Amino acid sequence: MEEVRLMKGNEAIAHAAIRYGCDGYFGYPITPQSEVLETLEALMPWETTGMTVLQAESEVAAINMVYGGAATGKAVMTSSSSPGVSLKQEGISYIAASSLPALILNVMRGGPGLGTIQPSQADYFQAVKGGGHGDYHMIVLAPSTVQEMADFVGLGFDLAFKYRNPVLILADGIVGQMMEKVVLPPARPRRTQQQIEEQCPWAATGRHGRAHRNVVTSLELDPAKMELNNERFQRTYAAIEASEVRFAEHYTEDAEYLIVAFGSVARICLKAIEEARGQGVKVGLLRPITLWPFPKAEIDRLSKQVKGILTVELNAGQMIEDVRLASQCRVPVAHFGRMGGIVPNPGEVLTALFNHFPEAKQ
Amino acid sequence: MKPEEIIDPANRVYARPRLLTEVNTHYCPGCSHGVVHRIIAELLDEMGLEDRAVGVAPVGCAVFAYNYIDVDWVEAAHGRAPAVATALSRLSPENLVFTYQGDGDLAAIGTAETIHAANRGENIAIIFINNAIYGMTGGQMAPTTLIGQRTATTPYGRRVDLNGHPLNITNLLAQLPGTCYVTRQSVHTAPAVRKAKNAIKKAFENAMAKKGTSVVEIVSTCNSGWKMTPAQANEWMATHMTEHYPLGDLKNE
Repeated sequence: MEEVRLMKGNEAIAHAAIRYGCDGYFGYPITPQSEVLETLEALMPWETTGMTVLQAESEVAAINMVYGGAATGKAVMTSSSSPGVSLKQEGISYIAASSLPALILNVMRGGPGLGTIQPSQADYFQAVKGGGHGDYHMIVLAPSTVQEMADFVGLGFDLAFKYRNPVLILADGIVGQMMEKVVLPPARPRRTQQQIEEQCPWAATGRHGRAHRNVVTSLELDPAKMELNNERFQRTYAAIEASEVRFAEHYTEDAEYLIVAFGSVARICLKAIEEARGQGVKVGLLRPITLWPFPKAEIDRLSKQVKGILTVELNAGQMIEDVRLASQCRVPVAHFGRMGGIVPNPGEVLTALFNHFPEAKQ
Repeated sequence: MKPEEIIDPANRVYARPRLLTEVNTHYCPGCSHGVVHRIIAELLDEMGLEDRAVGVAPVGCAVFAYNYIDVDWVEAAHGRAPAVATALSRLSPENLVFTYQGDGDLAAIGTAETIHAANRGENIAIIFINNAIYGMTGGQMAPTTLIGQRTATTPYGRRVDLNGHPLNITNLLAQLPGTCYVTRQSVHTAPAVRKAKNAIKKAFENAMAKKGTSVVEIVSTCNSGWKMTPAQANEWMATHMTEHYPLGDLKNE
């Protein structure tokens, strides 16, 4: 029987990383995600799996250590929270531009600026629209449970290596901090150097008899060649959009109204939907699991079925832009959100739904 | 002897090192980078490190170092080479990991990464080209620009009240317990080149022996940025640069 453990989302990330066979973690303390680094230091995986764990001098250094580790074909990761993730954007752009696999965790807190240490989803734009400079995308996974925090480490690394692209787990402070039951993924050994060199023939491992040198770089001064690089990135993004869209649905079969929400907020919305259903109002939930690629086709399909859509986010209205684009203005799309680290309760969500769509009550 | 016999490769006493690629560099004639590249290529061959060396290139004139020295390379973001090298070294401890950085990269934008990698005693060799100017971007002030030195952003000469002091970061690095070997060399004469080669060799040996961080500063010239001929630049470097950046070992443990 599987062992059920009780732990925080941040702790689950650390355990899952070791069990996946992660080769290196590089981080810097920032609330509300410091338990990732603390848990790894306490578990001392360098004594068991040989995983490297290092507290860097800054988030900037940490993401560049991830860049260096990823350049050798190793499975490496970092974690931070909003202000720290802003500092990492340069490095993330380089990682994307050098076609390197890497895993990044953002346990979002309220901003802008130093903001608050309470939960937020205000980094949606930064996560899915680029964040750093240049035309690039990360695959963005949005966990809503501690179980998904644990599961998305393996999924994230697998996707990162499949597409040679950075993957971001975009969690909020609730999922990072709350304790919940979790079944940790099975432990597996780290890849051997031979396996890494077979899987990553591009990696800067040292030549080891290879006839040519490997260079990991994002620089190309010839515009004609740089445009070819850009076209190659876009082909990768198109392949990801075609194959990797993930979402969950609840009560959508007969839904007349739709709530779109991600992360922990989706769970609050599900409770609101159950209350609405108790009152005879047919509301459904679409929870994007990948925020990029975004479940455009599914929202397009549902927008032909429902009379109105409400997005619920811990921000001023960011994902709503993508929901409006995907639904092609067929039905009204409204936003309800709290900011500053405030988390709404199901009653507030229901009130917002009825305020925006009063006809739903009749 | 006929000219054909003289240019016969078999008769050469001085040839392109095996690990220096057969392409023209983008460096200006008279620039120190070419000499230091050659030293590194010779050493990697002589020390049998071709298969185990991974270089980290900076942002600056040496950004294309990976086009010239025929080993694996990772091109770092501006100033981040020591952080990149930290991961390369920790995840592949069997490799020789070295960074090749200019003064802007190492002593301005990358100061934090440089000091902390050295303070952790990462088993890497840092080759630091100090030519007191930003060459790649067109000759702006560097952290190591001398007082009174004219650059594109100090057109009337560097002033302490406006621009602060030249940063002698190598002296700073020598204070850190994580460094095992810190030296300042030059490549403006044949004897200097030989000394610089010995210094870089020692730095590579230290990295392979896991003794900590080695720093080899090469006080260099940038005749284009300095608006001088190569010969004038060598003379100016020997006269003025070495006054603020004296040559020799600062630490050798």
